[in-house]
Amino acid sequence: MAFNVTQAAKNGIAGVSAPLPKKDLADPIFRAVAFSAATLLLITLGGLLVSLVIGGWPALSTFGLGFFTSTTWNPATEVFGAAGPIVGTLLTAVIALAFALPIAICIAVFLTQFCPKIIAQPISTAIELLAGIPSIVYGMWGLFVFAPWFAKTIQLPLLLSVDPDSLWGKLFAGVPNGANILTASTILAIMILPYMAAVFRELFRSVPPQVREAAFGLGCTPFEVVSSVLIPYVQKGMIGVIMLGFGRALGETMAVTFIIGNAHGFPESLFASGSTLASTIANEFTEATGDLHTSALIALGLVLFMITFGVLAMARALLSSQRY
Amino acid sequence: MALALSRATRRKLASQVFVAVCIGAAALALLALSLIMFSLFTKGFGGMNLMVFTADTPGPDSAGGLRNAIVGSVIMCALAMMLAVVIGVLAGTWLSEIGGNSPYGHVVRFLNDVLLSAPSILIGLFIYELLVRPMHGFSAWAGAIALGILATPIVTRTTEDILNLQPNALREAGMALGASQWVTVRKIIWKAAGAGLLTGGLLGFARISGETAPLLFTALNNQFFSLNMNQPMASLPGVIFQFAMSPFDTWQELAWAGALLITVTVLAINILGRWIARDTDHK
Repeated sequence: MAFNVTQAAKNGIAGVSAPLPKKDLADPIFRAVAFSAATLLLITLGGLLVSLVIGGWPALSTFGLGFFTSTTWNPATEVFGAAGPIVGTLLTAVIALAFALPIAICIAVFLTQFCPKIIAQPISTAIELLAGIPSIVYGMWGLFVFAPWFAKTIQLPLLLSVDPDSLWGKLFAGVPNGANILTASTILAIMILPYMAAVFRELFRSVPPQVREAAFGLGCTPFEVVSSVLIPYVQKGMIGVIMLGFGRALGETMAVTFIIGNAHGFPESLFASGSTLASTIANEFTEATGDLHTSALIALGLVLFMITFGVLAMARALLSSQRY
Repeated sequence: MALALSRATRRKLASQVFVAVCIGAAALALLALSLIMFSLFTKGFGGMNLMVFTADTPGPDSAGGLRNAIVGSVIMCALAMMLAVVIGVLAGTWLSEIGGNSPYGHVVRFLNDVLLSAPSILIGLFIYELLVRPMHGFSAWAGAIALGILATPIVTRTTEDILNLQPNALREAGMALGASQWVTVRKIIWKAAGAGLLTGGLLGFARISGETAPLLFTALNNQFFSLNMNQPMASLPGVIFQFAMSPFDTWQELAWAGALLITVTVLAINILGRWIARDTDHK
């Protein structure tokens, strides 16, 4: 700064007496208050971690490493193993991502490249509204509308048409009631879709128009412009978006609780009931039978925190390294 | 020549298929939105009547409404937003105006972003450990604080973004008048950013008003009308969760009515927030 106005005012310009004393007090207080508000955010995150560690410690120390590898979850005998929910969480999130990713990219490409400007705005607003629908509404819709439809038109015919001993038969085995891993993943995919599409759209918008125009000038078709210019240009940011969507899918609670069927243990097929870390906590916490049960549920929360924190931290690091 | 032509045709064809797939993807998302809204309206209107707003949650198989849940949600969300706006605006202002470029500022911004997308059920567990367990009881205070923690990172993030958009000339003008930084921020920067800050608050409000997970083990639920902040309190999402999972028809009908109510409210707030933001963009 060439000329510090505040400093000049403080010293008094041309020998005028000292400035108002009020200012000297107000500024440090303001800075201190704002600083403590920012610090409070850090304390919250730290407190979250500490409280989960303290709450989950009894279960972790009782079961040791076995907590992460055992699939037994039995409140009656007080034996708890988290492998089932951990696998269920990762599995649903990965399937949801596999569904949502190509669709989100296509939507973003459509909105930024092919869509007439007049209808682009209403369409992107509508898709963003999809993100505003509360997760419990997704859960109800999934349980009462989507799951019965899925069971009747997809699951049952598939179940009847494949040989139960083949690989496909094993993959599709399960009670055809629609409450299973695959329907939960589909609902999750619909939920993370708008977030991912919105960030992809911003990423594609950040590509300088000259780059696109140069590709068109070389005679590329629109598909080639997208696949060999646009997408490579935003590669790093794209991985960030994928992580962000993954993180959201991992932590989603209510919708999954409604529809996944809440069966403990290892999910045996795509059409079998399962559970996730978040859905187990939501389902059992208020009805926990003993201190060890509560502690085991909080330990599940700690595992969820570790997984999502890692994924989200990676996503943010990748996204901020590519300014958009 | 024929080969070259067929290659060109193939490329053109692939491109057209790709464009069609992209249009299909957008149509699929719009289809999902309309299917959800359609079931919500067809099923929700059945249970929607005046009783929903005037009567409290009923026992199984009897008539009733959602009054206690609606009031509970409004109280807890309002308190949560007070907390979130005070802390969020101050923290966002600190990031934008004071210390955002220091190493500590980068850490705060990064962790705020992480907190922004942290699973909401973990916030519920945190408040359970912090407030519910030591005080031996679920309370509306705990619910409000859990929701507040959820909304604070959203307000912080939007505040910082909006303040960063304000031109430096405004800050220099304040300084040139001899105003302290506090006065400059309060009377010039916050005022200029008013509409944007309001949008941030509205989006935060929309987000928390549909949240169920953080309330499950903090405010719990309450079958009766209660204004006591030290007691468990009903909330709209909590009642929807309980009633939707129940086997009783009357409860399920009320759950759909509640779901319709909450979705329409949230979407209306969302649209209002965007409209305010867009209105100021054009100025």
